[in-house]
Amino acid sequence: MKFGVVVFPGSNCDEDMVFVLQNELGLETVKLWHKSHDLEGCDFIVLPGGFSYGDYLRSGAIARFSPIMNEVINHANKGGYVLGVCNGFQILAESGLVPGALLRNDHQKFNCKNIYITPASTSSIISKGLNKNQALQIPIAHAEGRYFTDEDTLKSLNDNDQVIFRYCDKNGSITPEANPNGSLENIAGVSNRNKNVFGMMPHPERAASSILGNQDGKVIFESFLSLV
Amino acid sequence: MEQLTTFETAKKLGLLSEEFEKIKEILGRTPNFTELSIFSVMWSEHCSYKNSIVWLKKLPKESPRMLAKAGEENAGLVDLGDGIACCFKIESHNHPSALEPVQGAATGVGGINRDIFTMGARPIAQLNSLRFGNPTLEKTKWHVRGVVHGISSYGNAFGIPTVGGEVYFDDCYNTNPLVNAFSAGIVKKDMVAKATSYGVGNPVYIVGSATGKDGIHGATFASEDITEKSTEKLPAVQVGDPFQEKLLLEATLEVIATGYVIGIQDMGAAGIICSTSEMSAKGEHGMDIWLDKVPTRQANMLPFEILLSESQERMLIVVKKGNEADVKAIFDKWDLNCEQIGVVTDTKRLHFYYGVDEQSQAIFEQHLQDPTKTDISSLATFLVADVPAEDLVLGGGAPVYHREYSEPAYYQEYKKFDINKIDSNPDIKAVAHHLIGHFNIASRKWIYEQYDSMVGTSNMSTNRPSDAAIVNIKGTNKAIVITVDCNSKYVKADPEIGCAIAVAEACRNVVCSGGEPVAITNNLNFGNPYNPEVYWQFVGSIKGMIKGCEKFNTPVTGGNVSFYNQASSANKQQATVHDAVNPTPTIGMLGVMDDIDSLMTLDFKNEGDLIYLIGESQDCINQSEYLYSYLGIKESPAPYFDIDKEYLVQNVIKKLIKSKTILSAHDVSDGGLFVTLAEAAMPNQLGFEILTDKTKRKDAFLFGESQSRVVVSIKAQSQLTFEELVRSNNVSFQHLGSVSHSNFIIDNELVLETYNASTIYSQVLESMLG
Repeated sequence: MKFGVVVFPGSNCDEDMVFVLQNELGLETVKLWHKSHDLEGCDFIVLPGGFSYGDYLRSGAIARFSPIMNEVINHANKGGYVLGVCNGFQILAESGLVPGALLRNDHQKFNCKNIYITPASTSSIISKGLNKNQALQIPIAHAEGRYFTDEDTLKSLNDNDQVIFRYCDKNGSITPEANPNGSLENIAGVSNRNKNVFGMMPHPERAASSILGNQDGKVIFESFLSLV
Repeated sequence: MEQLTTFETAKKLGLLSEEFEKIKEILGRTPNFTELSIFSVMWSEHCSYKNSIVWLKKLPKESPRMLAKAGEENAGLVDLGDGIACCFKIESHNHPSALEPVQGAATGVGGINRDIFTMGARPIAQLNSLRFGNPTLEKTKWHVRGVVHGISSYGNAFGIPTVGGEVYFDDCYNTNPLVNAFSAGIVKKDMVAKATSYGVGNPVYIVGSATGKDGIHGATFASEDITEKSTEKLPAVQVGDPFQEKLLLEATLEVIATGYVIGIQDMGAAGIICSTSEMSAKGEHGMDIWLDKVPTRQANMLPFEILLSESQERMLIVVKKGNEADVKAIFDKWDLNCEQIGVVTDTKRLHFYYGVDEQSQAIFEQHLQDPTKTDISSLATFLVADVPAEDLVLGGGAPVYHREYSEPAYYQEYKKFDINKIDSNPDIKAVAHHLIGHFNIASRKWIYEQYDSMVGTSNMSTNRPSDAAIVNIKGTNKAIVITVDCNSKYVKADPEIGCAIAVAEACRNVVCSGGEPVAITNNLNFGNPYNPEVYWQFVGSIKGMIKGCEKFNTPVTGGNVSFYNQASSANKQQATVHDAVNPTPTIGMLGVMDDIDSLMTLDFKNEGDLIYLIGESQDCINQSEYLYSYLGIKESPAPYFDIDKEYLVQNVIKKLIKSKTILSAHDVSDGGLFVTLAEAAMPNQLGFEILTDKTKRKDAFLFGESQSRVVVSIKAQSQLTFEELVRSNNVSFQHLGSVSHSNFIIDNELVLETYNASTIYSQVLESMLG
């Protein structure tokens, strides 16, 4: 399986993602430039974190119009895998590839810290291999990560098992205190209806190396790699 | 040329009469306004260091690891071995942050990072050292929220982690907050770019953002006191764009990697004039610059505005002739401006042309292609400034002053403090609560969680707290160990001792984290240098720094001087040393860890582990947070400090880490031993049970801030090995007690429960600043 990490001019987690895929997991990985029209035969596309085009307007609002995104959208519509992390999730939401929107955190501030998430979906490859009651310590780093959607969409998300991760405490309990940004129902990540496009605010690539003293993120990568 | 100037104009631009005379002498005529503006910024304190350079030259600069001497390049360059070098520097943005905290701080972050990547190094970590006024004041809250937001919004988008720093509050910073930003980058030794210019006919490019009217005379503004009228100088504050900076970073590193760059310098203070003159002076060449070619944000900017603009995210690049297309292609890829604005000449002078009319443009274009073959005598009418590069810059013709200094009366007054008049048995619980909940000691979480501390996935301290930040150099087993330190209360009480302590503490933090201290960068924040008592503080600090740096073999690679951090009336003579901020010579230290396996943390690990104090307790509470804020006594000398003992303590800590004898190490600093123990206990929600030393004053033992002490924890079975190792190195130690379940217990009395302590500790800043 060939991985492609999209590089927008303001991406800043692209190298970190490539490092994990290539060096920690030994996967074939290429970078895809935002002006390019070619996915170079990649099977799995990753939209990394960062500030795509500065994000002065609204995170991801401009990125969705970039040349590479046309290709990513085609790829997704054909059932190809796409993972968006942080800014990548915001871009997926702006592009309509996953439902919902990421609003400014309820406390209005950028927030970078370790939090816990627990796998929610039992049918998405990104979470179904994980232990349902497990609390994974994964960092977040965002100002606009409050997941929001209308009630009907929320209901269909739940009905279709599209919520992939929820914020929880270190024991795996989904509590209001464990919600770092005011997301609806502690939602930390969702998939599209077909379960081939995944968006999540927490950064698994920031917890996937022994030198960092936390490899909970690697568990997520390894779990879905074993299933695809 | 424009109209000639008078001394009146010179004075308005901040120049002295003798300086105006000297300018006339250099030019052999009276300068026009553009030229006078050029001299005024280049000879401002900010650019010329005219009031500090005499003393800065005395700082130690040599060590086998130094790859560039202080002041030689945009930042210090230190050899880390295996072909890798670290480029690091600290810089202040105090004055802009006082008036416009968000942009002031943001552009401070932008500026320091450009200093790093202009040398070809990719920044991998940032720190900041911040000082604010009384946190109960609305103005202070505005400063804090703004500065933190500025650093966060710029640094996070730029994508380099902010991995540590320090923040203190004191009334002396009410008007003048201090914002010192530090950045460190990594570069291959053979890929370092220089800030120089040579080779007649080589094209000169301006790249990055367009030039606007922001920040004009910013360097001059930073070279005077903050007054009631300072807000009128808001246009002197620049506005930052981190997205442009990110593009500029990537494009700059790509272009340097081509090998086609002769020289490159970022445009910070004093903009185009600073980079053109410094690069030309260094390369002993001249430049002809066509100002109409500079991309501007607005029409009709005057020549002096284009020259002095401090618009951010710009660089000046001199390229090897013949490689223009390759260079342009890189900037095109990143959608950045890249305009040839001039050409290198052999005149050693800077000629600036402006308003070149249509019929002369072709001649100028030709001249830019080959200055040796074009007759440009017809362009003389468009020459707006003609100045010799060398005379503008530090080390060249810029003025150098020996300022007088005199010991202020308070220095002797502070020494009269008598500890015997203080009750040595205070209410321990009350003091413990006070300190844990004090805004100068409590957790900085509210601040640092607004910074992206993890981008780059090399911050090794995220999940393993340590006294200094440890950042892995990706793809190697090495790490840099970095910290910023200065207790300005100590420095005010005794500049020489206080500044030596700042160096020692920075070293101690590096050592306690498992690193080897190698070099420092300094940010010297003081009041008005024309006040002899302020200057005495400056001189004393330099002397202390020399002492510290020599002892620990950590030479100074460069840094920044920020004078005029004082609120004053228009008449500078009336302001006293107490109107100035505390003398704050912040030390930014670089340490190296050759094997990340030697990383050491500060937190207690297991219940039952033994706790030891390494170093000697003293009956000293001088300038402790306990004396200063709990007892409210601000006049006391600097704390006890013996630099030779300090050296031995650090030495033994290194050995204990190397031999894997200890499980944690945390140095005793603000708040004394008690706070050190609490900070080691809280991360894992453990406690401690200790006995005080009955031969010492209890207040001093627990809350005193005498230097050169470190708390370590060890496994019970390591006791003999541990004691033997410390003893054989002639260092005092004391078995304090052991790590316990969940309480702070001193002399068999419960002082605080860990959970409660953590709650108080983590909520202080949040509740003040929300």
